[in-house]
Amino acid sequence: MATQPAIEVRQLTKTYAEGNTGTLALRGVDLDVHAGELLMLMGPSGSGKTTLLSIMGCILTASSGTVRIAGKEITQLTEKQLPAIRLEHIGFVFQGFNLFPTLTAGENVELMLDLKGVAAKSAKKRAAELLDQVGLGGKYASFPADLSGGQKQRIAIARALAGDPGIILADEPTAALDSHTGKNVMEMMSQLAHKRNRAVVIVTHDSRLLSFADRIVKIEDGAIAGPDALRREPVPAGMLGRSFSQLPINVA
Amino acid sequence: MPPLAQRNLFHDKVRLAVTLTGIVFAVVLIVVELGLFVGFTVTTSGLIDHSGADLWITSKNVPYVEQGVAFSERKLNQARAVPGVADAQKLVAHWTQWKRHDGGEDSVQIVGFDVDDPMERPWNLVDGKVEDLKSPDAIILDELYKKKLGVTGVGEVFEINGHRARVVGFTRGIRSFTTSPYVFTTFKNAQTYTGLREDQTYFILVKLAPGANLDQVRRELLNRVKDVEVFTTNEFSHMTRFYWMFTTGAGVAVLIAAVLGLVVGFVVVAQTIYATTMDHIREFGTLKAMGAPNSYVYKVIMKQAAISAVIGYVLGMIVSVFVVRASQEGGAAILMPMPMAVGMFFLTLAMCIGAALVSINKVTRIDPAMVFKG
Repeated sequence: MATQPAIEVRQLTKTYAEGNTGTLALRGVDLDVHAGELLMLMGPSGSGKTTLLSIMGCILTASSGTVRIAGKEITQLTEKQLPAIRLEHIGFVFQGFNLFPTLTAGENVELMLDLKGVAAKSAKKRAAELLDQVGLGGKYASFPADLSGGQKQRIAIARALAGDPGIILADEPTAALDSHTGKNVMEMMSQLAHKRNRAVVIVTHDSRLLSFADRIVKIEDGAIAGPDALRREPVPAGMLGRSFSQLPINVA
Repeated sequence: MPPLAQRNLFHDKVRLAVTLTGIVFAVVLIVVELGLFVGFTVTTSGLIDHSGADLWITSKNVPYVEQGVAFSERKLNQARAVPGVADAQKLVAHWTQWKRHDGGEDSVQIVGFDVDDPMERPWNLVDGKVEDLKSPDAIILDELYKKKLGVTGVGEVFEINGHRARVVGFTRGIRSFTTSPYVFTTFKNAQTYTGLREDQTYFILVKLAPGANLDQVRRELLNRVKDVEVFTTNEFSHMTRFYWMFTTGAGVAVLIAAVLGLVVGFVVVAQTIYATTMDHIREFGTLKAMGAPNSYVYKVIMKQAAISAVIGYVLGMIVSVFVVRASQEGGAAILMPMPMAVGMFFLTLAMCIGAALVSINKVTRIDPAMVFKG
């Protein structure tokens, strides 16, 4: 029996209003993303990648079509209902990290746990565990300004994981990082998909990251350019970031 | 909850200083403007409010205390004969001329009363006794006006309307709303200084007997004492305040200044709190993207506003106390009674929360997709 996709997108369109006319950003997109796979969305600037990611992340509403998150249709939900879906199912990793600069690394992670209703004492302990898992065990009290780009992105990943989401959506997560650090971050994302069974969607321009993808979906002019975005292709052996054993982190 | 609100405020010291400066400025501005307004109203009717009388008998059509019209003092005995009247005394309150040692002249308001009666005695005496007025030509005035009248101390002799006047004491903080200082003296002296005929008075003050009905005594006074008006102390106080407030431009100006103080204060606070919120708009966008309900974001913003309000209020009140104290030395009274000080706290809180609500409106309209923009 086929498993239910973590994300199921059907005939999705998005039009941005511009005066009396509109700009069609997405035109009839169909896409499934399954737990345990790392899917990369690629395409030129303005092709609709981030719009698609935003709608899948429940922070932008579709013009038409349907989106199911963990089996729940979300396009009919109100703006007040969407935050709960984000909180329960989705973790975000942003290009600019989007950490809270006035909070320490630990407190940034705690904030997510607080949103989930975890008690302060437990949240502190859990935040420390998560930081430890991303290799930043000693940085609990450090402020983002005192950390490197790679460390900041790890904190962002720890924060995304704190909500224990089934889906991780990342927008250019390595764009602000050097190649070595970017590779480390991608290995971490890969582990999230394959060892922790998350559905991971990454928007990127960086072709050097393609080797980490289980599936690559190209978007051009708001439409899927590839042959089949619904089919889940097997992950070719040897294509994944081959160096799990060498990773400085442990997210298992 | 991690201390996001506190950290947002305290992390950037320069931003914090700007925020608090805005709130402190607003608090001080409002205290000064409202304090001037309160000082104005209290000063205009101070003589009436401190009289200790229950009723004031005046000539017809007297609009305020400084505008008394003389009438026969025989009405005093008529008033004393009314049932329910425990005490009645004559009062002079009238302008005349004060001559300084340098030959210059100033206008003063003579307040002449019966020294043996408890009504309309000078209050806040800091030098001398009321009974000292029993000595010939004795006067008491407020130390605020020493310089204006050329007085240096007790015992000095001046001329009032061509008659000898000897300073026997000083009060503190009895301001006159007009530029003419009050000069307290005996009724007899006051008649001399103001040129009032011996058988006349400007006002009669009435003290009721315990248990007497105010309205009943007032009606009876109007029946028995002809060609006069009878006001309660509150009524006459209100009439005097109203006159200076609305009939003259001065009061309206102070009132408008007080209202403007409130408006400008609110605008300053609103801009300050709004700017503080906007500084963190991206973070609030991230919070919303993470799944925080609007109520969570509101709580952070409100907490920031409330903390700013409390600190801004405390600092603002410290500055205000210095300003109020400094004003005691000058002619314009800035008063800050306790209810006003307490009210300022809630006003500051309301202004900050209100301003936060304005910025919350902006936060609710954040495009969530902003979080994806590097």
